[in-house]
Amino acid sequence: MPPIISISQLTKTYASGLIALKAVDLDINRGEIFALLGPNGAGKTTLINIVCGIVNATTGKVLADGHDVVREYRAARSKIGLVPQELTTDAFETVWATVNLSRGLFGCAPNPDHLEKVLHDLSLWDKRHDKIMTLSGGMKRRVMIAKALSHEPEILFLDEPTAGVDVELRRDMWALVRGLREKGVTIILTTHYIEEAEDMADRIGVIHKGELILVEDKSVLMKKLGKKLLTLQLQVPLAAIPPELAEWPLAIKAHGHELEYTFDAKADHTGIASLLRRLADLGIAFTDLHTQQSSLEDIFVSLVSDKPEMRL
Amino acid sequence: MSVPIFNRHAVWAIYRFEMARFMRTAVQSVLTPVITTSLYFVVFGSAIGSRMNSIDGVSYGAFIVPGLIMLSLFTEGLSNASFGIYVQKFTGTIYELLSAPISAWEMVLAFVGAAVTKSLVLGALILATAALFVPLQILHPGWMAAILTLTAITFCLFGFILGVWAKGWEQLSLIPFLIVTPLTFLGGAFYSIDMLPPAWRTVTLFNPIVYLISGFRWSFYGTADVAVGTSLAMIMVFLLICLAGVGWIFKTGYRLKN
Ligand SMILES: Nc1ncnc2c1ncn2[C@@H]1O[C@H](COP(=O)(O)OP(=O)(O)OP(=O)(O)O)[C@@H](O)[C@H]1O
Ligand SMILES: [Mg+2]
Repeated sequence: MPPIISISQLTKTYASGLIALKAVDLDINRGEIFALLGPNGAGKTTLINIVCGIVNATTGKVLADGHDVVREYRAARSKIGLVPQELTTDAFETVWATVNLSRGLFGCAPNPDHLEKVLHDLSLWDKRHDKIMTLSGGMKRRVMIAKALSHEPEILFLDEPTAGVDVELRRDMWALVRGLREKGVTIILTTHYIEEAEDMADRIGVIHKGELILVEDKSVLMKKLGKKLLTLQLQVPLAAIPPELAEWPLAIKAHGHELEYTFDAKADHTGIASLLRRLADLGIAFTDLHTQQSSLEDIFVSLVSDKPEMRL
Repeated sequence: MSVPIFNRHAVWAIYRFEMARFMRTAVQSVLTPVITTSLYFVVFGSAIGSRMNSIDGVSYGAFIVPGLIMLSLFTEGLSNASFGIYVQKFTGTIYELLSAPISAWEMVLAFVGAAVTKSLVLGALILATAALFVPLQILHPGWMAAILTLTAITFCLFGFILGVWAKGWEQLSLIPFLIVTPLTFLGGAFYSIDMLPPAWRTVTLFNPIVYLISGFRWSFYGTADVAVGTSLAMIMVFLLICLAGVGWIFKTGYRLKN
């Protein structure tokens, strides 16, 4: 199946001369959840805004469901819903009026049933007659999501949907996102919470200083780049690592009660077997052992560690 | 799913949204012109007008009615149309317009359409208020309506451009306050330019507002400062200039998109 979004050689230079995107190529598969990660100023919002028609690309091409987002903007945009990073709402409008406006803007005939369902899903139904300015920040965020879903988009962009959002709303939101995916909606989200990407995404892209430095299936990414940690609970605490063990990268933890061995999960030869044999030879006994896969966060940090300006 | 060539749902949605914005301030929008017009009539019509000769056989109070309507049409059209788009730029809600499957002209149609609607309602209100103070006569109602509508469209388009151009609230009021109001006062809203010395009269002819007011007054009383044909031609020229301006904005994305 062709990708639902196809971005090729996309560059953006802002009027200030700042290069926000450098020749980005990216395909988004139909029906997947794609997480775009990267530090502040990496170019995530710029990329999303170009696809959605808010920012003009300098060069390059974007197809949404086969339609060029510039030349066939009507066809392309009618399939896309966007929840922007900034909370911007019409303060004086009611929730009901604003979701109706959104639906109309995207060329859909009125459909109160659909809008009612969206508002119920987002726990906004009771607030439908309230002016938006009287709502809390989290409620406003829900309104923005309701607006984006008002025209039943096939592609949904969520630009940092969980920034400044409490645990409950975050949980609701992810439940909603999963529900949408089950209906076949493609979701592209950005986040600074790596555990979210780890939880939600099918694939992950990392963007850094306008360059897409990595795109990978989440599971492959974890497998490919993941370090594993072997922890041994020692029967007798060790004060120092014996010189006979120098060839393994070991660390002593928990005041000598634990020995940690970091190894590359993707390597053919992990070194575990030989380590355990050597320990037996040296008479170092252990009561328990377990291994642990490193998190996406660890992967992410190691990926960009040669880029010291990277902050998360 | 086929994509329609004209996104009527969007145009209608924006139009209703803008009208709802006007309705929120309906009392103020109705009272302001009514009170202002009444004041003008008390001051210029009754107090001063009673000591003025009639101009071209029209009493002074009646003479200033077309100019008063035009003055309100200019300033209100400008501010209504500019505010609608500017406030979206200012608050950031414009993201939704930019990401929606609507063409630039549909956007203009909706925004300007709503502002024009309000301008026409306003014009009718002022006319009705004026009728309470002075005996009114409209010789060419068809032309009157046409000039009123075309002028309203022109100034609302102008306002739309202004709203896109403005980078701050002060710039938004700059053009109406510094240019349009003075030009209107100097453009024969309250006097016939025939009353000016010849040199000033020539200078005044460079004031575009003269043509609008003169043509509009002609539709009421059949007398004009400049030939009616010239007025109509000028009105069309201004309209086309504003349309071209809007077209240029959208072609270049000027101050709407990065
Ligand atoms: N309108 C603009 N004019 C000039 N430069 C801009 C503009 N918008 C963004 N930039 C710059 O482009 C770069 C990318 O910005 P962008 O908003 O895409 O980053 P981001 O990855 O979304 O960051 P964040 O995580 O902070 O949201 C930044 O250096 C930013 O300063
Ligand atoms: Mg961003």
